[in-house]
Amino acid sequence: MVSRVTDDYVRMAIAGCQAICEPAFWAGFDRSSSDGFYDYFCQLTEHEPKRAAKFGLPHFSWLCINPKESEDVKLAEEVVAIIPKFLSRANVLGIGEIGLNKNSRNEIRVLEMHIDLAARENQLILVHTPHLEDKLKGTRLILDAIKSDKRIRPERVIIDHVEEHTVQLVLDTGMWAGMTLYPESKCTPARAIDMVEVYGNERIWMNCACDWGVSDPLAVPKTALEMRRRGHSAEVIDKLVFQNPSKFLSQSPRFKLP
Amino acid sequence: MTRQQVLDLYFMDARSKLIDLAAFLDRLDRAEGEADFRLAGFAKAMEELKKDSSNRAKGVLLALSDPTTEPIPAATTKAACGAWPGLKPWSGNVDDKNYEIH
Repeated sequence: MVSRVTDDYVRMAIAGCQAICEPAFWAGFDRSSSDGFYDYFCQLTEHEPKRAAKFGLPHFSWLCINPKESEDVKLAEEVVAIIPKFLSRANVLGIGEIGLNKNSRNEIRVLEMHIDLAARENQLILVHTPHLEDKLKGTRLILDAIKSDKRIRPERVIIDHVEEHTVQLVLDTGMWAGMTLYPESKCTPARAIDMVEVYGNERIWMNCACDWGVSDPLAVPKTALEMRRRGHSAEVIDKLVFQNPSKFLSQSPRFKLP
Repeated sequence: MTRQQVLDLYFMDARSKLIDLAAFLDRLDRAEGEADFRLAGFAKAMEELKKDSSNRAKGVLLALSDPTTEPIPAATTKAACGAWPGLKPWSGNVDDKNYEIH
């Protein structure tokens, strides 16, 4: 989705959210030119930080052409060419969410363009893994592409939307694993906590989906509540929902909380 | 957590989802026409539930996943459908476990 409605910002602030990280995403339709992306990057780096600031929420962003629009390689080349102009903006944390959607050859070409850009510009990387039946294959292809670029340090990459069949693959590479929480259809709060209990709480975080499907901006605080119900300590919960994300994001000099 | 605590926290929710699953399968039985690969994937995934292991969630996800390793030539859609289209349509017979790849 593109931006949260104002009511969501209010609810997130009331729930104790300390900052928002909004990756570049698909607009719900394919943009017709790189000019559309230029305007979108202005929205992410100028307009949204001002909206969120009205509710005391620091707003950070990631830039890319999303995998859903990566079939058009020529358009992707044009978009990747304009991204460096925005990388010095105050709220930009890195390149993302890049990755794959349907695991096509062109998607992989565009993924490699973004990995090269991140390496050249020394940027953090946020990776989207495909949905449902495409996730396992896509995660393997993505990990291979990143590992093949020796300039990329694994601890500066987070592979998002892991589930039970991909979390160990990701952690074994030394990269971070993100669990994206959904009320239905994908990783629920209960399953996310299961994964933490099975695979540990190092190099792993949780985030709320902001998707075109059903998603919940309060999924992380609801998962913290679920962890309390299971008897997890305040320290363990704080590590997962705040300390871990802060540790990863603080690798960018622009990530500073008030 | 103890097993008793897990049951106290999650049994009613799991019970509700189990009945939803049963009702979904009943609904399919009452409906007319042919099923497609999604039901085959569903049936294959349900077998994971009966296994004596603590990796059932992973097993279900793997049963529904594309097992191939090569990139596809081009993306013709943006959406995922939840099961791998390479599975044969399922007959609906619970004893039929012929989900072989096309």
